[in-house]
Amino acid sequence: MLESIDLSLVNWSRAQFALTAMYHWIFVPLTLGITFIIAFMETIYVKTGNPEWKKITKFWMTLFGINFAIGVATGIILEFEFGTNWSNYSWFVGDIFGAPLAIEGILAFFMESTFIAIMFFGWNKVSKKVHLLATWLTAIGANLSALWILVANAWMQMPVGMQFNPETARNEMVSFWDVLFSPMAVDKFLHTTSSGFVLAAIFVIGISAWFLLKRREIVFARKSIAIAAVFGFVSSIYLVFTGDSSARNVAQNQPMKFAAFEGLYNGSEGAGLIALGLMSTTDTDPSNENLMDFNMKIEIPNVLSYMAYMDWNAFVPGVNDLIRGNEKYGIMAATEKMERGRVAIEKLKEFKEAKKSGDEALAASLKTEFMSPDFQENYFKYFGYGYISDPNMLIPNVALSFYSFHLMVGLGMYFILFFILAFLFVVKGTLDRRRGFLRLAIWTIPMAYIASQAGWIVAEVGRQPWVIQDLMPTLAAVTKISTSAVQVTFWLFAAIFTILLIAEIKIMLRQIKIGPKINEEGGHN
Amino acid sequence: MFESLSHLALQQYWWIIVSLLGALFVFLTFVQGGQTLIYTIGKTETERTMLVNTLGRKWEFTFTTLVTFGGAFFASFPLFYATSFGGAYWVWMAILFFFVIQAVSYEYRKKPDNLLGAKTYEIFLILNGAFGTILVGTAVGTFFNGAMFSLNDMNNVLWQTPFRGLEAVLTFHNVALGLSVFFLARILGALYFINSVDDENVLARSKKQVLYNAIPFLVFFLYFLIWLVLKEGFAYDPATGNVFMEKYKYLHNLIAMPLLTVLLLVGVVAVLWGIALPLLKGGSKGIWFAGGGTVLVVWMLFLLAGFNNTAFYPSNYDLQSSLTIQTASSSHFTLTAMSYVSLFVPFVIAYIWWFWRAMNTKKIDAKEMSEESHVY
Repeated sequence: MLESIDLSLVNWSRAQFALTAMYHWIFVPLTLGITFIIAFMETIYVKTGNPEWKKITKFWMTLFGINFAIGVATGIILEFEFGTNWSNYSWFVGDIFGAPLAIEGILAFFMESTFIAIMFFGWNKVSKKVHLLATWLTAIGANLSALWILVANAWMQMPVGMQFNPETARNEMVSFWDVLFSPMAVDKFLHTTSSGFVLAAIFVIGISAWFLLKRREIVFARKSIAIAAVFGFVSSIYLVFTGDSSARNVAQNQPMKFAAFEGLYNGSEGAGLIALGLMSTTDTDPSNENLMDFNMKIEIPNVLSYMAYMDWNAFVPGVNDLIRGNEKYGIMAATEKMERGRVAIEKLKEFKEAKKSGDEALAASLKTEFMSPDFQENYFKYFGYGYISDPNMLIPNVALSFYSFHLMVGLGMYFILFFILAFLFVVKGTLDRRRGFLRLAIWTIPMAYIASQAGWIVAEVGRQPWVIQDLMPTLAAVTKISTSAVQVTFWLFAAIFTILLIAEIKIMLRQIKIGPKINEEGGHN
Repeated sequence: MFESLSHLALQQYWWIIVSLLGALFVFLTFVQGGQTLIYTIGKTETERTMLVNTLGRKWEFTFTTLVTFGGAFFASFPLFYATSFGGAYWVWMAILFFFVIQAVSYEYRKKPDNLLGAKTYEIFLILNGAFGTILVGTAVGTFFNGAMFSLNDMNNVLWQTPFRGLEAVLTFHNVALGLSVFFLARILGALYFINSVDDENVLARSKKQVLYNAIPFLVFFLYFLIWLVLKEGFAYDPATGNVFMEKYKYLHNLIAMPLLTVLLLVGVVAVLWGIALPLLKGGSKGIWFAGGGTVLVVWMLFLLAGFNNTAFYPSNYDLQSSLTIQTASSSHFTLTAMSYVSLFVPFVIAYIWWFWRAMNTKKIDAKEMSEESHVY
């Protein structure tokens, strides 16, 4: 059933997916947020008729267009990569996973691509109100496309609303609404989109700050900062709440991921949250490089327990509890799960062989046994563990998860403070004089991108080795193809995306330097 | 509403939708065809800018249709998605690569400091136009000629050649379809220029290109169609699921489905009329006849590949691994859920139609290019 799998193939396939997803994720957050900021600005223009707002709207729209094009370029690969590099996965869950992708295309992409053209080219072709509507629909379309892909991603992290069918050897959907409204999907959508809003707000503030430092376009910059500071502040508060709720979800559904990003090796009651920590580079467990402890840490007692279970004294399992098992708290050892997974795989194989040999009676009885609630709950639930040969394979890269998570959270907290200060200076009218803050605002732009990428790493590295939590590890999901083929496409896309990224940054910087230019109507050329 | 339909009815419904998306995509490759003509028809910088801009306002539809086609195929026939994309790796990667370079080219072409220079982005557009159409057409050819794969017990694909799909070019019938799509896209591109650009020189050169490309298109397309009718095809027995070769299978399909045959012929006539219209009468509506005809022809070809107990993605290596709309589809539940989503499609088409009309009421001209605030 699972022929020899070349681990280097799995790693290169993962690397290619990571490369393309991370490149795509450089551009998506800005699109998610800046479309709304532009919509706010254009709304003010339509309400007030003040051409200054049209100028502001058009300037940010130009930057959005440059960003959007490369976002599209990097996005198409992802849609098809599920098939090209993860074809076994595509069949195993295509009945569920394909639907959100199709809906994304039908409902969101067309909305986005139709109305974005009106946004850019419709100024003189449709009425002001229709144009404004198109701008809003572009923002909604962009965020709707994020909804569907995140629903699909959330399902991989928390498979719900499905039932395995041994006849077809795949999972089949039994409840569309369970898939759409799974708590993981809701949190993921809200947290991810609001992170995009925050990044876009920082982008707008940072670039406007540059104009203020250069003493150019003062009115434009002040107005832009005012909008972005309010939007950013509200979004960043929201981001914290959705992040908190996401973490609780992860603690309950993906305890290994939670332990990894908290750097928790040995679980305890009243577990403390490591606010800052430096992982040991010497104290490594010889059997697994991911098992190291901290050289230095600042811990806040009981907070982790509360964060995970809303109970200051709750037990939070650590990496070691999840691998070795913990009888006291009813945690099954990984070896036991692996054994049960193998039983499930073996049973499926027996069923398939019975079908092949035409022994329908045996096949029917095996199917009944396979589908019984007892077998589903005690064996099929651990199906994916059957592919795992070594329990240590179940531990994600703890150091990478830990640092990414803490970097993301730390920067998130800083962004709240940043928005408060920006807002205060706008209200007081002292923004132009705060040159230190303005310089900081420019440097906050790369920080927003780092936080955003770190968030992606937390979500995706922390869940390893699972493509579908507990049901399918990466090594069972990968397309059987030569490693060299994946290496070639990896480097090909690495090269082309890097060239395009450099082009994008150069074009963007040039457009910023050119700045908003006023024509007779207040628009820019 | 959809719940009461049989699984087979839903499978057929979704095959019709996916086929329609494929057909709309081929029509929308007028963007790709137009891209290959920007130097042939656009002799001056202003002319080229007009051509690039009139295409640039439509390229995202083609792109989005391709992505939606992929997504809809994944949702409705996941085994095809897994088998073809995972198997014919090089073909799909090459197609993706040529679409990646298209996506930035419009926006970056004219922008200062664009790193690669306007000419490089124009070459990207030409490459996308040429290889995007030829590769997609050749890949679709394997629907009729088969591919080299087998499926194991878990329905996982095992491709049987190291060329991972590129071997499709060794079958001339596949290539003939690829080249038909390429020349058709160029015809549609030229017809679109006639319809949307207000410039004497562009009009005259576009007319010439319609004629020049019509000849190779007809040669390759007629070869494809005649050979298709004469060749043996991949049939399956719905009772046993057994796949077998049947002489004149596609001819039998045409006879068994007369409505499909009529629509196919209507489509061919519409394409020919669309080509003839600007040449004979000087009209600018050729794109609508040729475009509508293209949709009908491609739609019916897809239906021909999948209906009447035909394996739509056959395997030459292991006949019994061939995919049919019954073996490759999603579950009854998923197809039902997706069918409700499909009710939004007319709404989507309606707002695209409205948008198209709003944006194309006036033809693009040199004056607009000098006044417009957002120019590609």
